[in-house]
Amino acid sequence: MSRIFPHPLLSLFLILVWLLLNNTTSFGHIVLGSIIAILVPVLTREFWLENIKIKNTKVLFKFIGVFIWDVLVANVVVAKLILSKNSSLMPAFMVIDLDIKNSLGVSILANTISLTPGTVSCDLSLDRKQLLVHALHAPDVQESIDEIKKRYELPLMEVFD
Amino acid sequence: MLEILVSIFIVIGGIFTFIGSLALVKMPDFYMRLHGPTKATTLGVGSILIASAIYFSIKDSGITIHEILITIFLFITAPVSAHLLSKAALHIKTKEIERTKNRH
Repeated sequence: MSRIFPHPLLSLFLILVWLLLNNTTSFGHIVLGSIIAILVPVLTREFWLENIKIKNTKVLFKFIGVFIWDVLVANVVVAKLILSKNSSLMPAFMVIDLDIKNSLGVSILANTISLTPGTVSCDLSLDRKQLLVHALHAPDVQESIDEIKKRYELPLMEVFD
Repeated sequence: MLEILVSIFIVIGGIFTFIGSLALVKMPDFYMRLHGPTKATTLGVGSILIASAIYFSIKDSGITIHEILITIFLFITAPVSAHLLSKAALHIKTKEIERTKNRH
């Protein structure tokens, strides 16, 4: 089984993307999509250093819900900040000490930070323990850091670590 | 009715995309300019795609949802490009404005 599907999640993702790209659910495309879903993970086996394991699906879906809501709010908040007076903005760099170990988890966390309210992840230290984040408007740096750790890092740790 | 709904989404999308681009002109330093295009544009492009999905689903009699793909790819690529830009900026020591806290 694991020889044919070394990465079941990737296979599922590929077949979904294929069907969406062709915008159809016809039998022929399901067959073609399945062939791609089997071949691509086998051919790219060398690139995947570790298997992706999702330990807690419920937390993952909850995280995605929180994430989508935060992206919507982030857009409005940032739009307001952009339109407000430049001199009232308090930009800040903050260093977040990461507790999450899994590399996929770290990259999802960094992406989430970039897409949510007023923060962009700028740099990751070589040992993957510290993430440098730039905030557009952070009156209280420590509070922003705690918020990010509680809201995004904790659920991601439950899912991947 | 359909046209009203679609145009509302397109106008919302247009406004947010415009604000995102405005940030590029208005913000004082490089790191602050990064915030506009990474965030304000996600909702901007998102609403335009919703408008597209609604319009073509009703027009061509059949649900079209491959706009979802554009959203997914956008969500994957936007933060990565922002990250690379800011990493490069830090590397060549681009100056941030004076009042930035914890300057690097």
